[in-house]
Amino acid sequence: MVIYGVFIVSKSGGLIYNYDHNIPRVETEKTFGFPLDIKLQYENKKVVVAFGQRDGINVGHVLLSVNGSPVTGRTTEDGRDVFTIIETKENYPLSLKFGRPRATTNEKIVLASMFYPLFALASQLSPVPKCSGIESLTADTFKLSCFQTLTGVKFIVVTEPSMTGSEAVLKRIYELYSDYALKNPFYSLEMPIRCELFDTSLHTLLELVEKSGTSNL
Amino acid sequence: MSRQTSRLDAKKVNSELLTLTYGALVSQMLKEIDNTDDVNKQLERIGYNMGVRLIEDFLARTTSTRCLEMRETADKIQQAFRLYLNMQPTVTSWSSSGDEFSLVWDQCPLSEWVEMPNNGLKYCMLIPGAIRGALQMVQLEVQCWFVQDQLKGDPVTELRVKYIKRLEDAVPAGED
Repeated sequence: MVIYGVFIVSKSGGLIYNYDHNIPRVETEKTFGFPLDIKLQYENKKVVVAFGQRDGINVGHVLLSVNGSPVTGRTTEDGRDVFTIIETKENYPLSLKFGRPRATTNEKIVLASMFYPLFALASQLSPVPKCSGIESLTADTFKLSCFQTLTGVKFIVVTEPSMTGSEAVLKRIYELYSDYALKNPFYSLEMPIRCELFDTSLHTLLELVEKSGTSNL
Repeated sequence: MSRQTSRLDAKKVNSELLTLTYGALVSQMLKEIDNTDDVNKQLERIGYNMGVRLIEDFLARTTSTRCLEMRETADKIQQAFRLYLNMQPTVTSWSSSGDEFSLVWDQCPLSEWVEMPNNGLKYCMLIPGAIRGALQMVQLEVQCWFVQDQLKGDPVTELRVKYIKRLEDAVPAGED
């Protein structure tokens, strides 16, 4: 049982909680000679592998560091442009680290608000009346399970595709939300959840599920 | 579900604690606010804010589905009274159109040991507020008021609940 992450989307479609639980870290570091046989390009403020997949470096991975110095945007820590470094023969051999990009909080907010109309659309497209919207969405590498409460809050867990019993997990997260978030007098409705007790109890729950499954929830 | 009930038991507290805390709140409000009508309004507002949050707790604990009919709603409210105040009000006096009913009780943990000052205070005003707030979160607008009050010499306390409308705009996708 692997749970990759938990999201809570408010009634109005805003992301009010997100937690990355167990996302596998994919990172490869390799030393290259001149000229570089991987085509890189700059998009969305990241240096991305466009072509030339090999040795665990896949198309879509981003450049994380050059000679151990972390890359932000298209510059290294000491302010040099990544592309200038790569094109200069004198800098080789170069040690480059590539990895899967991590979604930033902003990207997650965008994704959460994209799921909202998707959910509504699914219930409208339904051939039969009274459709609940998307409850589960399966891909080859993950399964997304969604539970919408009567009040309109959506609880979402992203798990491995073979995960069973996510409904029970979602129900437990709902209980935790009603206990630790809503009974906290300093939490205002519809706002992002920043309650330490909620965090800790959620982590305990997820660890329990990963260790012993969902049968005893 | 068996585990959940045991969880609830663990959190049971003596009702006297609630009685005293609520009494302290009301008497403090009477001290700070001159106008009793304002106190009633504030109590209703506090109740509303509690109801808005409490409904999630109720839904998470019980396996309630959406009510599409007032009788079901009355049942659920009765269940909530049992869950949160450990009392069992009777549902009576249905209007002929089935959109209005009364909750009647003769003992409530909130109003135990209370002798009322004669100033128009509605001591238990928190309850109708909570009902209104909770039902609003499940897209049901109701009106709630006291018809009889034991604290004012009536034989029982009677709370009237009236259906106003369903908040169609707020119904979440996949429910309409």
